[in-house]
Amino acid sequence: MSLQDTVVRGERSLPARLAARLGAGATRGFLVVVGLFWLMPTVGLLLSSLRDKSDIAASGWWQVFAHPSQLTTESYRTLFANDKVTHSLLTTALITVPATVLVILVGALAGYAFAWLDFPGRDWWFMVVVGLLVVPVQVALIPVAKLFSALGIFESTVGVVLFHTAFGLPFAVFLLRNFFAEIPRELLEAARLDGAGELRLFTRVVLPLGGPAIASLGIFQFLWVWNDMLVALIFADSGNPPITVALQQQVRQFGDNVDILASGAFLSMVVPLAVFFAFQRQFVSGVMAGAVK
Amino acid sequence: MTTATAVPPPPPPDSVVRPAPAPRGKGRGALGTRPWVAACFLLPALALLGALVVYPIGFSVYRSLFDASGHGFVGMDNYQEVFTDARIRTALKNNVIWVVVAPSVATALGLIFAVLTERVRWGTAFKLVVFMPMAISMLAAGIIFRLVYEQNPDRGVANAVWVGIHDTFAAPAPFPGAHPRPTGDLVASGDGAFATKSAARAGSAVALPLVAVKPEDVSGARDAIPARDVAGKVTGTVWMDFSRGGGGTAGKIDEGEKALAGVTVEAVKDGRTVASTTTDPDGTFTLPTVADGARLRLPAANFASAYNGVDWLGPSLVTPSIIGAYIWMWAGFAMVLIAAGLAGVPRELLEAARVDGANEWQVFRRVTVPLLAPVLAVVVVTLMINVLKIFDLVYIIAPGSSLDNANVLALQLYQSSFGTDVNQGVGSAIAVFLLLLVTPVVIVNIRRIRRDRQR
Repeated sequence: MSLQDTVVRGERSLPARLAARLGAGATRGFLVVVGLFWLMPTVGLLLSSLRDKSDIAASGWWQVFAHPSQLTTESYRTLFANDKVTHSLLTTALITVPATVLVILVGALAGYAFAWLDFPGRDWWFMVVVGLLVVPVQVALIPVAKLFSALGIFESTVGVVLFHTAFGLPFAVFLLRNFFAEIPRELLEAARLDGAGELRLFTRVVLPLGGPAIASLGIFQFLWVWNDMLVALIFADSGNPPITVALQQQVRQFGDNVDILASGAFLSMVVPLAVFFAFQRQFVSGVMAGAVK
Repeated sequence: MTTATAVPPPPPPDSVVRPAPAPRGKGRGALGTRPWVAACFLLPALALLGALVVYPIGFSVYRSLFDASGHGFVGMDNYQEVFTDARIRTALKNNVIWVVVAPSVATALGLIFAVLTERVRWGTAFKLVVFMPMAISMLAAGIIFRLVYEQNPDRGVANAVWVGIHDTFAAPAPFPGAHPRPTGDLVASGDGAFATKSAARAGSAVALPLVAVKPEDVSGARDAIPARDVAGKVTGTVWMDFSRGGGGTAGKIDEGEKALAGVTVEAVKDGRTVASTTTDPDGTFTLPTVADGARLRLPAANFASAYNGVDWLGPSLVTPSIIGAYIWMWAGFAMVLIAAGLAGVPRELLEAARVDGANEWQVFRRVTVPLLAPVLAVVVVTLMINVLKIFDLVYIIAPGSSLDNANVLALQLYQSSFGTDVNQGVGSAIAVFLLLLVTPVVIVNIRRIRRDRQR
């Protein structure tokens, strides 16, 4: 490229470059504003939860920037002193962990069968499971409530766990079957030749290889169940509810309970946010794979 | 653009269904096992799905044909009620608004964010911030937005910002709530204004005393002084006729009484405003000769109560406000899927368009968006399915007084099934209706899998 060429090109592109730089500046400015805007509601909740009830009633959370002395952990101390709240967190964990483990286990068994085992109508059954992917939980509320009443597990943790497992299964089977199907056939056949039985093949070869998909599914189901309110509202023991329902019971007197609600809501967010930040990648691939719920 | 059509579009990161290649040797004994082994692997899943998902569908259809008691067969009456009952019609109407507005706005924002973050180095941090609300519960988001939408502008950030903007363009009244003593010469003249009973004379200063001024409105105000008599002009003083700690004479400017600056004073003759001015920092005002013999009026704009912002959660705005909260939660979902699709768009195509002289907007509009169309479709459909079932956000954010105005199908289903107006026949009918609405997606999904299997 000759010198003259460079100069000419430089001259020609100067306005364009200027426009591009201005555009880039505007883009950055816009994104910063939007980012702050998106953070503001959450920051507002956090700061509200760190203020006194009377301060919350008197002024907005942004006043703490002018009066940092307003910051107090009073709401959290009230919250933790309340047995009902600490129990509700435990209940949430007791629902979420089994519902996540079960969906992985049952989903993996079925996913493996759909991927590698032979039985009549295999494709047809798989279509049915995929078809169930978008069934709204609302359809099952009344019938399952009747069923659980008959079984004596209405308003119990077991019922909530079973419900979440069942409604997590279509996605689990779909995701895991597709992932397992990509395991090289030779690997499975080699294990078979070594004398591994079906169950051993499943636990020693398929499950470990399915790690990434199982992680995505696990994160997804964990967040889904932890954050659920509707299913728990109907099927959980109303005397010993998970955190979402416990807080929901306070919402109707929003003004009176604003301190407990703000700190409780933030507390209920800590675990999902920690999981989200720790496993972003798995969460995103779970969302990408079919977040139709 | 011809180049765009010549190249196949990037594969969408299907959120609805991502097909994977079928295992080789499909249909035949993949690993040569006996069917009963497969049955053992499948049994737990099929049992749970059968009992808690498939059976309920059948039961809901059956139950929807019976009355509240569950014994009287009513045929399609429950479905008729879904479309005639006033409350359920509100829910239907709101659901239509939800399904039209929420997915399209969330997708549009997601598209804008995805395209813009591509060129910014800290784009990932931005994406994290916008995506984060997806990880929290709708309950927590509901509580967050109850705080955001607080009516009082001193507490709710939405109204604080709104009132701030409003007051920037329309100056707030200087002394909201102030009024004269009932016994003085100033009396209410209707519409919140006050006027003198007697006519003003040029060369003789007028006293316009007011009370009930909020202390914060006169903090830092100067002491009032009597206006000088100026020949040929109407002069006077507007002040706060109230001495802190008592004392002072009504209608007289006492030591330490505060001037009211910036008050509009009008001279009115025969119902027509002939002159107008505002008071100085010391409370005095001067009107030209034409005001001689006019009555003096303090218009209502001086005393209007402060603008209190928008009633976000009132009956008319409650649904749009809750949709705002939903978009806050789900725009990140759209953004992440679209960004993944964008990563699959061949750079050469965009470059080629730029070399051909297209500006950034044309590149976006004519190349990027058409290439992303499949992804956008998937995002919109996924959000539509999601929005059809919206429940928690509405239930938490709408205050009791406007809950009926914010009603949606899933909420009505809950109320009809377990809540305030129990009729499980109607509840089941709504459930079946919801199921029918998502059925087209099931068919599309299954078709797509079939097609991919046959490939």
